[in-house]
Amino acid sequence: MLQLTDEKIIWMEEKARDIRVSVVEMLVEARSGHSAGALGMADIFTALYFFILKHDPTNPTWAERDRLILSNGHICPVYYATLAHSGYFKLEELKTLRKFGSRLQGHPDRRFLPFIETSSGPLGSGLSQAVGMCLADKIDYGKHSGKQFYCLMSDGELDEGNTWEGVMLGSKEKLKNLTVRKDRNNIQQEGHTEDIMPLEPLKQKWEAFNWHVQTIDGHNLKEIVEAVGQAQAILDKPSVIITNTIPGKGVSFMEGKYEWHGKAPSKEEGGKAVAELRSLII
Amino acid sequence: MLNPDLKLNTKLFDESIEKETIRKGFGDGLVIAADQNKNVVGLCADLNESTYMNLFAKKYPERFVQVGVAEQNLVTVASGMAAMGKIPFASSYAVFSPGRNWEQIRTTIALNDQPVKIVGSHAGISVGPDGGTHEALEDIALMRVLPNMIVLSPCDAIEAKKVTIEASKINKPVYIRLAREKTPIIATIDTPFEIGKAQIFFAPPMTAQVGIIATGPLVYNAIIAAQNFAEKGISVKVLNISSVRPLDFEAIINLAKEAGAIVSVEDHQVVGGLGSAVAEVLVQNYPVPMELIGVHDKYGESGTASELIEHYGMDIPNIEKAVERVLQRKK
Repeated sequence: MLQLTDEKIIWMEEKARDIRVSVVEMLVEARSGHSAGALGMADIFTALYFFILKHDPTNPTWAERDRLILSNGHICPVYYATLAHSGYFKLEELKTLRKFGSRLQGHPDRRFLPFIETSSGPLGSGLSQAVGMCLADKIDYGKHSGKQFYCLMSDGELDEGNTWEGVMLGSKEKLKNLTVRKDRNNIQQEGHTEDIMPLEPLKQKWEAFNWHVQTIDGHNLKEIVEAVGQAQAILDKPSVIITNTIPGKGVSFMEGKYEWHGKAPSKEEGGKAVAELRSLII
Repeated sequence: MLNPDLKLNTKLFDESIEKETIRKGFGDGLVIAADQNKNVVGLCADLNESTYMNLFAKKYPERFVQVGVAEQNLVTVASGMAAMGKIPFASSYAVFSPGRNWEQIRTTIALNDQPVKIVGSHAGISVGPDGGTHEALEDIALMRVLPNMIVLSPCDAIEAKKVTIEASKINKPVYIRLAREKTPIIATIDTPFEIGKAQIFFAPPMTAQVGIIATGPLVYNAIIAAQNFAEKGISVKVLNISSVRPLDFEAIINLAKEAGAIVSVEDHQVVGGLGSAVAEVLVQNYPVPMELIGVHDKYGESGTASELIEHYGMDIPNIEKAVERVLQRKK
């Protein structure tokens, strides 16, 4: 991985702000969708697509690319916005989100966007697919694989049994090239995670399943990047980075509110949100 | 009166007919498929011996993944492996896979169109002593409703072997339905098999009065019933459906046109299974009187396979009664 300079950090912070603006504009246009998680994950997506991932927007199905599996597909506005800002398609296409005939389906769908790694939205099955991909790569290349496998997961899908089945297999198979980015934003559809289904002690849970665990600030680009380096230094187990994020990050009236989990801003709310994001001094 | 073109087992009507489990045919076929293609991988949910995945796992341990008793993981891991170019065969009992993990199959395999082969063993009431919790009577319905999914239901161990090898060559998701019990060998190694093609296994030398359309090991019961009618001068043809989806519309319609009456036979709920699939074809193309042999809106129970097949009305006398009923309705 390249050296992360202060200039690059500032450049990425601006990029993350632009991605957040796109997310808000897309959701206003779509009139439905998931705002909080998408805004909360903008820094992670920026770091991944503009620094961490080995990928090529001009050759999306490049065989040697790192694999990014978005398990919690409902935050796809930030996924699509990041892909567009990376050059996978034009920014204008973002306005088609959730509309008839669009490649940008309400949840990611490989029938419409064939270069994404999987379709997702139904929670809890992304990690197992990432485990399967990493296992297949291990069968082919053993210790000499040049690929990394990243799975992005939400809080809510830790309620799903399928997730923990994947967690067990990942450690059993010692998948050193697998890194989970666990978005810890403490909310889910209908409330706070600790009210709906308590996840704590989360760090100890993953450790008990024999994963390497780090906890970081999901809005600090330096920490986000450095944690990946740490994860890749571990050679005998998969890694999870518990990434603390603020849902709705960057838009004050959304921040920390689970009510914005599955809701899109109105035109007026969107205008306020964009103005606030644009006024951020980086 | 076995169809001579298909080179079926000539000892089919002998008392001492050879029997083998359909699942063993799968196990043998998987080893051959793996010999032919290094991308074939196997996954199992702690039922290696029961599903005969052990034959593959023993020969190719580096290509085998034991996921534990976790059927949702079984198919989602398989989906991930397929996304990397593997041809995964994922085996368990049908009641758990596709029973327990249907949504994962729907989204990550069928909608994604990943070439995972889902192998559901111990399907049907013929599971026997394990009882109703373990007798999958809904799996054909669950799988044939999914776009992209190919549904294969072999009639014996030899066809199961061919089904498995052919499944490995097709770049589509496939469900393979297997049974537990040893059942008569109907085909031979020379019997042709093609996904999507149904074949007339039994044909008296005159125009059919009734057509039986059957799948799985009950094809044997259907042939014996047809033979009994032939001895009485009544012509009944038997069409083997090893490919429930894609279904051979032409073969079904042609048989309905010739016979004017149809009986479907399956060890599965008649709702949503082969009988429903055949009825869907006929009602839109060539409606004729039809009787459906299978399980009618019930769960199974413990017993021997033959006791249960008889109790639930899928034995030879019950098939004969259905043929007689449909003959009456024709008049």
